[in-house]
Formats: sequence, C-alpha cells, structure tokens
Amino acid sequence: MNLKTDLPTQILVRDRRAIASALNLIDDQRPKQKMEAARLLSALSDIESKPRIGITGPPGAGKSTIINALATNLAGQGLTTGIIAVDPSSRQTGGALLGDRIRMREHSDNEQPFLRSMAARDRLGGISSATHAGAAILEAAFDLVIIETVGIGQSEDEVRTLVDTLVYVCQPGAGDLIQFMKAGILELPDIFVINKCDLGNSADRSLDELRSALGLTTKTDDDWKPPVLLASGENLTGISELCDQLTEHKHFLQEGIGLRRRREGRDQFIRKEILLRYGSLGFEALGGDRVLGELCSKWHSPSPYEPLMHLDKKIRGLLQELLNRTNEP
Amino acid sequence: MYLLSETCDGFRDINISKLKKETVSESTRQTHSAKPWVFRTYSGHSSAKASNKLYRSNLSKGQTGLSVAFDLPTQTGYDPDNPLSRGEVGKVGVPIAHIEDMSELFANIPLGEMNTSMTINSTAAWLLALYIVVAEKQGVALEKLAGTTQNDIIKEYLSRGTYIFPPKPSLRLVTDMISFTVQNIPRWNPINICSYHLQEAGATPVQEISYSLANAIEILDRLVGENEFSQETISKIFSRFSFFVNSGIRFIDEVCKVRALTALWEEIGRTRYGVTDQKSLRFRYGVQVNSLGLTESQPENNIIRIVLEALGVTLSKNARCRALQLPAWNEALGLPRPWDQQWSLRIQQILANETDVLEHEDIFDGSHVVQNRTDQLTSTSREEMEKIFAMGGAVAAIENSYMKQELVASHSERMQKIENGETTIVGVNDFREGEDSPLLEATQSFLKVDESTERQQIENIQRFRTKRNDSEVSRSLRNLTEGLRNGQNIMPLSIDCARSGVTTGEWGNALRGIFGEYRAPTGVVISSPRNSDSQVRRIQNQVKELTRQLGRPPKILIGKPGLDGHSNGAEQIAVRARNVGMEVVYQGIRLTTEEILSSARDEGVHLIGLSILSGSHEVLLLDLIDRMRSTHCNIPIVAGGIIPKEDAEKLIGEGVKKIFSPKDFDLTHIMGEIVNVIADESKN
Repeated sequence: MNLKTDLPTQILVRDRRAIASALNLIDDQRPKQKMEAARLLSALSDIESKPRIGITGPPGAGKSTIINALATNLAGQGLTTGIIAVDPSSRQTGGALLGDRIRMREHSDNEQPFLRSMAARDRLGGISSATHAGAAILEAAFDLVIIETVGIGQSEDEVRTLVDTLVYVCQPGAGDLIQFMKAGILELPDIFVINKCDLGNSADRSLDELRSALGLTTKTDDDWKPPVLLASGENLTGISELCDQLTEHKHFLQEGIGLRRRREGRDQFIRKEILLRYGSLGFEALGGDRVLGELCSKWHSPSPYEPLMHLDKKIRGLLQELLNRTNEP
Repeated sequence: MYLLSETCDGFRDINISKLKKETVSESTRQTHSAKPWVFRTYSGHSSAKASNKLYRSNLSKGQTGLSVAFDLPTQTGYDPDNPLSRGEVGKVGVPIAHIEDMSELFANIPLGEMNTSMTINSTAAWLLALYIVVAEKQGVALEKLAGTTQNDIIKEYLSRGTYIFPPKPSLRLVTDMISFTVQNIPRWNPINICSYHLQEAGATPVQEISYSLANAIEILDRLVGENEFSQETISKIFSRFSFFVNSGIRFIDEVCKVRALTALWEEIGRTRYGVTDQKSLRFRYGVQVNSLGLTESQPENNIIRIVLEALGVTLSKNARCRALQLPAWNEALGLPRPWDQQWSLRIQQILANETDVLEHEDIFDGSHVVQNRTDQLTSTSREEMEKIFAMGGAVAAIENSYMKQELVASHSERMQKIENGETTIVGVNDFREGEDSPLLEATQSFLKVDESTERQQIENIQRFRTKRNDSEVSRSLRNLTEGLRNGQNIMPLSIDCARSGVTTGEWGNALRGIFGEYRAPTGVVISSPRNSDSQVRRIQNQVKELTRQLGRPPKILIGKPGLDGHSNGAEQIAVRARNVGMEVVYQGIRLTTEEILSSARDEGVHLIGLSILSGSHEVLLLDLIDRMRSTHCNIPIVAGGIIPKEDAEKLIGEGVKKIFSPKDFDLTHIMGEIVNVIADESKN
C-alpha cells in the first residue's frame, strides 16, 4: 500500500495510521511537505461537513474528563469521534506538556476516539492553521469533531471561528466564572457546563449567577438561549443532557445558519491569519477589508485552506512587485 | 529503586506497665536500656508459598515483626490473568488473589502472636478482610490481632500511584476501616499516614511535615464531622493513627524533623480534637530510611548511608521510631537477595544491642541548635498547613494539584543541585575514581523473579475459580455492591466475600463499577525551568536545529506501562523535555503496551520514552517491540528504570535505542541522548 497517494481514501475509511500521518504532514513546515499538505487538503475539501464542537474553559475545570465521557456516550450511539486537544506552549522554551491523554480512558467495546494533542506554539489562543487543517482531516474521517482549548478569555473568540457549537466548561466556585464574565465574552458559548456538580451548594450558586448574567446578554443568533447544565465527568451525570443539547443546537443551526456561522468564522480566521503573516502592510497591499471580503465570498466551503493558499500566493506576488518597485533606481 | 523501600509498619502495642516504668525512670537518670523498636524487613515476592518461607526464615534471624510487600496487581485490584497484570505478577511483592493464597502466606505463623504490617492502600479493606478470615481459620480472636494497614490514599495520589478510585469514595473506605477496627480490632493501626513517599518524591522537611499532618487532619475531620462520637471514641481514634516516616542522609535535620512532628501532633490532638491523655497524644511512627539517595554507582557506599539515616530516627529518645525497616544496599541495581536484607537487619541489631543508643535519656534535650531548628521547622510547617486549610484541606490541595506541583518543583530543584554539583553525592558527581567493588563480582548480585511465576499464578487462580461455589460468590458480590450503595461499612461485606471465595480482581471490579476510576493531576503542567545553564541552552539549540530538520518540533510520548505508579522519574523527564523545547505527550501511569502504541501513533510522536521500576521491563518492552513489528510501526523507544546491565544489553539487542538507569542522574544529558536518537532516526 502506498500511504502517500492513497492518503485521502485511507482517511475516509478511518485508517488511523493514515489519519495520523496526515496530521503530521499538515504540521510540517518544510516547503515540499507544505505543498503535499495543500494537495491533500484540496482533495478532502468537498467532504460533507460534520458537527464540530469546541470545548473550552479554564485549566482544571475537567474538560478532558467531560470529553472522555461525551465520546463514550457518542460511541454508545454508534458515532465515532475525532478530538484535537490544544495545550499552551512555554513562551520561554517553546516546549509544551500535552497532558490530555491522561484522562482518556479505554473504550473497550467500541472504537477508540482518535485524539491528537497539539501545542499552541506561538498562538495565545492556540488556534493555528494546523488546528484548522487538523479539524478538516478529522472531519473527513469521523462522525464528529471535538476541539479542546484552554480558555481564559483569549481563545474563545478564535475557537469560535472553527466550530459549530462552543461549550464552556467551568467548575463551581466563583473565581473562574467571574474572570470569564469580566472578559466580556459571555455571548460566545452556545452551551455552559458547570462540571464537578457533586461539590453541592457552590455548583447551584454558580448556576444561578451564570443564568442571571446570561439574562443580560444578547445573542447574535436570535433565538438560541444558551442552556446552563450541571454535570460531573467523573460520575457521568449530566452527560446525556449535554448530548441532547448538542443535538438541539445542531438542529437549531440548520443548513443556513450553520453554514453562515462557519463562513463568518472562516473569514475572521483568514483575516487574522493574513494580518499575522503579512502585517498591516500586506493587508493594505491586498486592498484591505473590502477586497478581502469579496475574495473570501468567492469560496463556498467553510474550510479556510483554499482561500488562504490563494491569498498567500497573491500577497507574495504583490509584495514581490512592491519590492521590485522600491529597488528601481 | 523506590519499590522495595516502601512499606508500612505497625507497632507493638505499648504495654501499660512498661510505660509506667519508663515514666519513673525518666525522672532519674535511666540505668537500664529502653525497649528497642520493632525490627522489620519489607519483603515478599513470587508466590505465597515462597514468601511464607522467607518470612519464617527472617523471623528466625531475629526479625521481630512482619512487613508484607504485595505485588502490583494485588495493590491495584486485578487478578493475575488480567491483561494489565502482565509482567507484574509476583515482581515487587507477593501475589494474593484469594483466601487460599492468604492462608498459605501465613501458614505456620500464628497470627495471634504476630505483629503484621501490610503495605496496602486502595485494596486495604480487602486484604484486611482476607487477614481476618485467615485468623478465623487459625482460631484467633479479632482482639488478638495486631498490625497495620498502610491505607493512606492521599499520598498515593501524590507519589506512589496505586490508587484506583476518586478521592471521595477512597476516603470513605479509609474511614469505614477505621470505624471497624477501632470497634473490633482494638490493637490494629488502621492507617499509617506516610510522609515517607513524599520525601521519595522530592519533598523538603517542611513539605513532609505539613502535607502528612494535613492529610491526617483531613481524615480525622471527616470521621469526627460525619459521626457523633463521644470524646472517648475520638481520643481512641486519634491514638490509633500512626505514621510512616522517611529518614534521609541529612540525619541531624531528620532528628529535628521527627521532634517537630512529635510536637505538632501533640498540639493538634490537644487543640483540634480535645485529646488529653498523654499516651494517646504520642506521635507513633515507623520508618523506612531513604531510598531516593541510594546510588547505583559504588553501591557499597549505600550501606554507610543506611546506617547514618537510621541514626536520625533512633538517637532522640523522645522522638524515636517504633518500628524500623532498612532498605538493602543494592536496591538501585535490582531486587535484593535474602543475604542483602539480612545485612540490613544486622545494622538494626548492632545499633540496638551493641551501641549505647538505648541507654540514655533524650540526648538532644538542652541543645539550642536542635531546638532552634526544630522550632523553625514547626513554625514554617504550621504556615504551610494554614495555606492548605485555606484551600479547603488536603483533598482540595490534591484536586487543584497544589501539593503535587510543589513536590515536582522541589524534586526538580533537587535534581538540578545534583547536576550542577551544589549537592555532593559521593561516587556519583564527585569522588568517582575508585577500585571496582568485589561485591559486584558475584554472578548475580541481586534477585531475579522467575518468569514462570506469572504462569503459575494464572494456573493457580483458574484452578481456584473452578473449585469454589459460584452461587455463593455471586451472592456475596451482589451484597457487596448493594451494601456499598446503601452506605454500609466495607469491612463486613468484604469479609463475607473473602469467605465465599471472591478474588482480588472481582472485589476490585465491583468497587470500580460503583466508584469509577480516577486519574490524579500530574503536577507537571506548570513547573517551569528555574535556571537554564549552558548545557540546557546547548540542548535547546539542538532541539531548534532538529525542529528544522523534522519540519516540526520533536514530539515525544512519556508514560509508564504496567501497574507501577511511581511516576516521579517520568514526571521529571517530561518536565525537562518540555524545558529544552520538546512537545511532550505525558500519558501517565498504568498503561498497556497496546494503549502506548496506539497513542504514539495517533499523536505522531518521534519517540516513546517509558519508565519501569517494578522489574517488569523485559516482558513489557519486548511485548511493545513485538506489537510494533506486527503493525509495521517504527517509533524509536528509550526506557529508564531499575534495569540491570544484562537486561539492558539484551533489550538494546532487541531494538530499544537507549536504556537509562539510576546512575544516569543528569537529566540534561538524557535529553541530549533523546535528541540524538530522534536525529539519527530521522536520517534513516
């Protein structure tokens, strides 16, 4: 078997080796590999889109435990899950400790969920083009994609560009929640989960606080009122309620809204990515927001790859031109 | 190097008339010797039969108490034929899967006259139940049983790693056992709070004192809070708490540490629990001296270290240990032989019988130096305890990972001091030139457990299962499950299971079904490099270069296959790898080779690094290599642990890229080797 040429097909049939090597490939910064990655992603670009769920929340809130419980529940329904867990990198050394596997336990009867840990590298929120590409690959292979990020008021916005449903997990005790409210991003999550609800009273208190705070915010997507759930990833309570709410939200985001949200997310991501790579000079050279918007609207797929590759090429050309001109006598 | 040394201890009950005699003599200068502490050796291996033979021979050599080491499947509630038990059966202790094993272990050892200490924690209730049923069969009344179950679950989350259940139900099992034994086995020490393992995990004296006392308080508070005990019962419970303490090479500091513990424990008893009786307030503790500092190079020096460490806990009469176990000189090389253990027993016998250590009153009374240091430790420890109480107590400080992170940081600091020479270890980072040790010339200078043991134990349990009454077994298991759900005490339910032929794995599974399983926070997430010397920077640059070559940063998986939960070493490696710039998937403990391989593949790592201290390295590594071959997966493996040289050579021959042993103390050097392995592999 030739792993390379058959890669898209093998991904589609959930060959875990192929999926793993595809994920290695999209992370590879060498020019030749980047080309290969681009080819692979275009080959996968017209795959039917699957539900993508973002799980975010402060460290220690029990996100991995919730994800593990969720994946078990989904497996019980015959659904396969692909997970990307993003952990921060050390700003000092560039290294990272990726500890999310510790809480993933054996799922003996059904297919194991596929988990790939990724380091945030130089991204504060941790969502890089590799995360986007990774999600696209997992989407081709599994029924459902989960993306876990550490959320402290910085990454929610970014992960929002990548998923259909954003779940915020926190633990009782006001600290985390207040931080989150202070960050002014209460309108981003679609579902709130207060984990470790077996801690009793303080869980109920958090529930009340959150509900009343949510009463004051306005969601952009009109009708969806973010539910607040009590759960315990350890005792497996509240997990089926979470599944129900995820389904509910999926129905809410029928074709129209869902696709629109994803495209909006994609466009936001592209904008940021361009700014990051080429700065305001590059962004202006391209023609600013207006032209970018026009360009983006040409692509219908919610995947940012093709537009990014295209824009990349275009800006490089523009910059080169600019450079040539300034070098003229 | 940790496994053989952990233990628990028990204490001979203090005889009242003896105590009176001591009080009298304390007013004058003592003219006769004090009674020596209990001499023990932590032991057990292969099978109940082999261990029984060993115990009887140890007793005949002058050992005065038993200290049972159980194998890891027994400690974590699995039968020998469970896939997770692979390679671990009979390795670090005796396998006990059912009542017949337990009966055989104590055959011809009258339990009514014995003081038995069992190093057992998450399955403590089960092993005590089996012990009780053996006593029943020997016709010994429960009141006559004396001994200790270690039963300190909190330190398992911090250091030793043989926990199974989440903290809440685990503590419920602990408090159930305490309630049961205080009523029914008055001479039993139901819990032995361990500061021992904290020192092995790198704790400073203050951390040792404050964490272990906070741990005891957590359990006492629960017992007192959840029940309406009379003051008399509270005092009785308080008096049955015993401790298991470590003693390191800085033995003068150790003297001060045990004096500080003695003072603080009395203070806690008086002020927090209203205990007034002097006898009940006594800080009773047993000791195993430090294994962390035992070296693989020039291992003969270890015997000197062990002697000095024994002084720290025997010199101060008012804070003297009640039981002592000494490790063997060759623990860093492999499992000690009976002769090695005997040599350590002789140290105790000489110290107690030849020297004058037992003839004097407390020789430190009146020393300003000792008093000042003791006071300093006492007050700093009080502050640290306050910090833990402010978080909500010991369990909260486990769950939020505070204690673990602090321990990992202390341990990193300790390692760094050894690496940069600030701390001298003779024969390791200084005075390395020397003659070859004739002690190592013996063809095999440590014990090797016969690999057929596992197969025999599997046959044994399968035979046992066909013999028993199945309906009795299912009845008692059903009762166990229902009873636990209804809040009944674990002990009577487990005793019933022991009688009807339930196995260790069945008992464990029943409880797993009710309580679920737990993975403790690792503490490796936050600690950051305290300083980076030129060596570290050199490796960081190599990592950057390697990143360019690979197209992405080197990514490695670190984990522990098998059931051994001593994760300190693996955690230090993970932290250092991250600090030199690698991306480290830390997978933690208790992994099957299958899990490791599928994780390594899914994660796309460049290297697998495994730590194995239980002696099961050969079985587990060869199994992993086989699996890799059959799945055409090719990821380089390095391993670390107590891996004897001959085994290391064999494993290298089979394809393991590097083997690190306790003599490789320089973590930065290990990082360099890992970088080289990945670089070489990427060229192929």
